[in-house]
Parts: sequence; structure tokens; C-alpha cells
Amino acid sequence: MNQLLTISASPHIHTSRTVSWCMWQVIVALIPALVCAFYFFGIGAAIVIVTSILGCIATEYFITRYLLRAKPTIANGSAILTGLLLAFNLPSNLPVWIVLIGAVVAIGIGKMPFGGLGCNIFNPALVGRVFLLISFPAQMTTWPLPGENAWNYVDATTGATILGAMKLGELSPDGIDLWAKAVGFAGGSLGEVGAVALLLGLAYMLARRIISWHIPVSIIATVALFSWAIGADPLVQVMSGGLLLGAIFMATDYVTSPMCHRGMLIYGVMIGVITVVIRQWGAYPEGMSFAILIMNGFTPLINRYIKPRRFGERRSSI
Amino acid sequence: MLHTFHKGGVHPPQSKLTASQPIIDIELPRKVVVTFSQHIGAIAVCDLKKGDHVTRGQVIAHAAGFVSTNIHTPISGKVVKLDRCKTAFGHPADTVTIEASDEDHQSDLDAIESLSPVRDDDTAMSLASEELIKIIDDAGIVGLGGATFPTKVKLTPPPGSKADILIVNGVECEPYLTNDHAIMLANSEDIVRGIRLLMRAAKVDRAVVGIEANKPDAIEAMTRAASTCRAIEIMPLKVKYPEGGEKQLIEAVTGREVPSGGLPISVGAIVQNVATALAVSDAVRYGLPLMSRVITVTGPSVKKPGNYRVPIGTDIRSLIDIAGGVPSDVGKIILGGPMMGKAVVSIDAPTIKGVSGILMLPLSMSRRREPEPCIRCGACVDACPMGLEPYLLATLSRFDRWEDCEDNKVMNCIECGSCSYICPAARPILDYIRLGKNKVGAAIKARRAQSK
Repeated sequence: MNQLLTISASPHIHTSRTVSWCMWQVIVALIPALVCAFYFFGIGAAIVIVTSILGCIATEYFITRYLLRAKPTIANGSAILTGLLLAFNLPSNLPVWIVLIGAVVAIGIGKMPFGGLGCNIFNPALVGRVFLLISFPAQMTTWPLPGENAWNYVDATTGATILGAMKLGELSPDGIDLWAKAVGFAGGSLGEVGAVALLLGLAYMLARRIISWHIPVSIIATVALFSWAIGADPLVQVMSGGLLLGAIFMATDYVTSPMCHRGMLIYGVMIGVITVVIRQWGAYPEGMSFAILIMNGFTPLINRYIKPRRFGERRSSI
Repeated sequence: MLHTFHKGGVHPPQSKLTASQPIIDIELPRKVVVTFSQHIGAIAVCDLKKGDHVTRGQVIAHAAGFVSTNIHTPISGKVVKLDRCKTAFGHPADTVTIEASDEDHQSDLDAIESLSPVRDDDTAMSLASEELIKIIDDAGIVGLGGATFPTKVKLTPPPGSKADILIVNGVECEPYLTNDHAIMLANSEDIVRGIRLLMRAAKVDRAVVGIEANKPDAIEAMTRAASTCRAIEIMPLKVKYPEGGEKQLIEAVTGREVPSGGLPISVGAIVQNVATALAVSDAVRYGLPLMSRVITVTGPSVKKPGNYRVPIGTDIRSLIDIAGGVPSDVGKIILGGPMMGKAVVSIDAPTIKGVSGILMLPLSMSRRREPEPCIRCGACVDACPMGLEPYLLATLSRFDRWEDCEDNKVMNCIECGSCSYICPAARPILDYIRLGKNKVGAAIKARRAQSK
């Protein structure tokens, strides 16, 4: 034996999961929604998604390479995921330059100033989205009608979303075709239109144990219960707007959500409550993004005060 | 539904290359090196001089206190050296080197050949608890699961506490290791005898043997061997690491949680390994002290991996040679399993009582992955069987915040390695937690000393 032996502390074996594997699994879970987006919004979806992803990658590369002078971190897939999620939160006819601003804000303000992956307090994709929503309210709230003009990026026929119309009193809850909503024939951002596709993604992530059920289930259950309690139609509320996209893909972001299951439940319930409050009594028709960002801000506090039940702290059952 | 523990846990690949392989008795070596600290507790005291002659099974170092144990020689021969040498981990240790002449060797072989019981089962089972504990103490038996805590200490609970159940650990949740599996197949009758003797010594009337469900043949063999004794239950357990951890096993079997900082006896349980039960049987029935044990020599590229019965003190290199030698692609050699075992600096060192396996990993599996930033996925929190927050403890420890480490119960950590194993960012979580435990442990000790 001439080789030198490696000495290190246990454990000596390691899971095959890596950070980039986790990121790519989420991207895989987004494939059904991606297919939906292409089907309903056609070329517009492709333009927005590609722009958003490239914008996020370029911003992260530029910052790590030229400002931080560190090794670029593109390979871990998190910038791609942020770009994809940002695109899913945008209307498909949004001009390219606005999408680019969103991408730069998401990575350049939402993520890198905090120290990059793992250190950001707020979900970067939502930071980008909300920045655009406040800066470009008109462009951000006109959605092309899905299906009708898939190959027309510039002058698509547009319409309001169900929630928007309800807010303005143009639509009564009875006039909503839930089946159409479930498969995607209703206006909305790229990733908001196909409830079934989003739920498929949830099923995949739960099966691969990428996320646990606590956050999505607590958000959806809270919204349904709370809506029902104040007299709104729970199904419409759950299936509308960014709720499913938010509950399944945005609120479950590892970095900005609590670490233990009890904390996750509190976080999820609070997101549900805030969402319904904004939808019902706030100025905006849609409250999911704000609710998630608000609870992102509470996550460190939740982590500090909500601890997992430690072994041996239960009274023994002799 | 199979029983299991309820908090955390991981599922590393089992890699049990030597499962169900028979035990191979290695040839009695002509030379052994025996160290005096093979157990938890005070180092045993040796009063031999160079040139002294010892016979197989003779005590060569005496227990130095209550938490300490005797050490015996596995061969007859002459003391040729008494010196300080390096253990496999590079620590200095006092050792004695014994070499057998041809006559010594032959007489040992004859003794092994003509081994016969010194007590039949009826006599053995009529011994009083104190007599049994004395025999176990004299035989130098320690916990053979790896912790090497003197068995007699566990059998003499502190005043005021009483055990009502003996839990026998046949879980073997460490990947690669199959030594306990092998003895449960080969020596099930002896193990059951050992369990009955341990029950008698500990004055409990119920015993449960926990075995992970991935060893159906061992479960069957043990169930058959225990069929005549209704007080012993064989309990298959769901496969999950670290099921063999003492606290996890107690919870899996009884549902009781050992309180934070407490001992198993505080919930009425005594836990012993199957190999310890076998050693007890050998000591009581054959009068044999603990001087050999079964060691799994294994690894993905080892030529003849197997379960070897080894006289304790045989040097590691010659044991590896019997298993086909050190593979050419070796990168790391570990005593124990891959989750909790320790990497050695040298194989020119003797085996000791606590060695359950020798695992040789190829270079490709030896290096850690480059750590990435924590993505706060919570996988470590999910995996921790003690309900701790490994990511937090590691960070607190990294920033020298020892008091916060203590508040977050760093001392509850059992160092099972589930957190480091599961971390997708390959962060050295357990390394930092160990550092924290070390500092906090020292601080607690200092506080105690001051308040006295």
C-alpha cells in the first residue's frame, strides 16, 4: 500500500442529491405548467420565458464575475429557476425590456446583495414581479386571452383575470366556468392558467421528496376555509390568480421559507390569511405575491421561535 | 406495520456485501499486540514484565476502577515488549506484545479443539445476579456495538432506578456491516442463552430483540432459537438509520423517550448488543473471557469480503491480508461503518474490542464533495433523529456562539451523521456540531467544578 489514506470525520458516505439536482427537480416539476403556457400563450410565452431566464443568468454572471470577482454560480441552476418562476408570474405579452428589468431586479436586488443563493430574505422571483407590478401596473395587469392568439405576441386580444373582473364588479362568481379554469382557458400570467398542470408538479415534488406537504396544503386549506367563512366561493378562490403557483412553487422556496414543519404550517396559514384579506378588502385583486413576501420577512422570526419537538422532551409514557 | 423510531432518520444505501455469509475463523496468530484502553473508562493496569509467560485467556491488565474492565490475552506466549505505540487513529497507547512459541501455539490449538462447557444451562441459570455480574466483569465484557461501555456498569443500575426491559440490539443499521447478522445466523442459540443470562443479571423478566427487517434469515433464526423462552420477543423493525442508536431503539421498541441528558435506565430500559449477549454466553457457559470477536472486512473493491472471527489484538494489516489485501484503489480505511466509523491513519495497529468492521473505500468514494452555500432546505432538520436543528447548531458553532449552542441542545446530538449525509450542499454540519459539543461539554464541566 503506497497510497496516502484520506482521513476525515464521519459520515463517510453522502447522499447523491446536490443543490443543482434539487433545482433541476423543481424545474422538471414545472414542465407540465410550461407545456400549458406554450399551448395557451404560444410565442409570447416562449419570448417571455427565454428573456427572463437569460436575463437572470446574465445578471448573476455579471455580478459574481465582475463585481464580486468570485467563481460564477450559474451551474447550480438557481438562476435558471428564478428566471423561470419570474416568467410564470408575468403576462405573456409583456415587452421584452420590462421582462429584463424584472430579471435584473430579481437577481440584482432580490438575491445577490444579500450574499447570493441561500442568503436572500425574499423570494427573488417575487421581488422582481412585485417591482414590475408597482412600476408598470398597466402592462402587468393586461393579460392576453389564452388560446385565442397564441402566435401573436404584439397585438394580442387582452382581458382581465377572473379576480380582476370580480374586484371591479364585472363578473359574478356564478358566471365562472371552473372546468375551463382547471385546464387553463382563462386569462392570467404564464404559470397561473393550468391548475391541473400545477397540481401535477406538486405531486411530482412530493413523490420525489423535494418539498414536504406542509406549506402548499396549509396555504390552500387556509384560503379555502377563510374564503368559505366570509362567503366567497372557496374553489374559485383557490383556483384563481397565482394561488396554486404561489402555494406550490413560490412559497415553498427553500431559502425563504421556515426550516421545521411546525414553522412551515404557521407560515402557510399566515400566507393564506393575508392573501384572502388582500383579495377581499385590499386595493389589489391579487394578494398572493404580497402575502408570500410579507411572510418571507417573518421567516427568520419563525425559525427563531418555532423549534422542532426535540427527542426526549415529551413526558415518557411508562 | 413494523415498529420504528419516529423522529428523523435517513436511508443510506445498505451495501451489505457480506450479508448472510458464514463466519470464517481466522488462524490463531503467533503474535498479538494488546492495548490497555479498549473501552470507555479508566485505562486498565498491566503489571506484567518483559519475559513473563502468559496463557490464553489470562488477565493481562486489570480493571482500574468501576468504569473500567479487564483485558485478556487471546494467545499463550511470552511478553516480548511493553511499550507505547500508535493506535490505528494515531493516538499513543500503552501496549503489550505477546509472542507464541511452537509449544504455546500447539497448546492453544489443543485447548480450542477440546473446548467444553464449564457449566450446563441449569447451573448457569441458577446463578445469582451478583455472581453473573462478577463473571461478566471478570471476563472483560464491554458493549460490542461499538461504544465499548463496560457491560457490568449497565447491569448495575444506580440506586433508586429499576429496569423492566432488556432490549437487545440486533439492528445493525450501519451500511456495509454484517457482523451482528452473521452471529445471529451462526450462534442464535448462544445469543438466546446470553440474553437469558443478561435478563437474570439485570433482574428483568422481559427482553425484546430488535432486528431490522432487511435480515429475514436472522429474524427467523433468532425466532426459532427463542421459541422455548416466552419472555424473549424477536421484533422486526422497519429499515431506517440510525435505528441502532440506543435512544432510537428504545423508542422503536417501547415508545419511551429517554429524556434529554438521561440514561436508558431512566425509562426502565437496558440495551445490550447481540454480540455482547454472545460474549456473556461464552463467559458463563465456557468460562471464556472476551478475547475474540467477529469483524466484517468489506468494501466495494475488497477481494474476499467476509465476516471473520478474530482474536482481539491481531493486527489490522494481517486481517486485511486474509481478506485479499488492501485494494489498489483504496482511498480511505474505516474502523466501523461508513456513517459513524472512524478513518484510520495506519493499519499497522492492533484490533480492539470495539472494532465491528474494517471498511475500505476506493479513492473515488473517499473525498468529500466541495461544500456549497446552505440553501436552507431543512433536510437536516427533517433527518435529525434527536429533533435538533443541525444547520443552526453548525452556524452557531462556526461563529463561536457556544452559549447559544448549549441553549439549542447541542449536547443532545448523538453524532449519527444523518445531517451531514443528507445535506444537498455537502456542508460539514456534523464537524461543526462536534466542535460545539466539545466546547459546550468543557464549559459545563468547568461550571460544575466551580460550583463544587
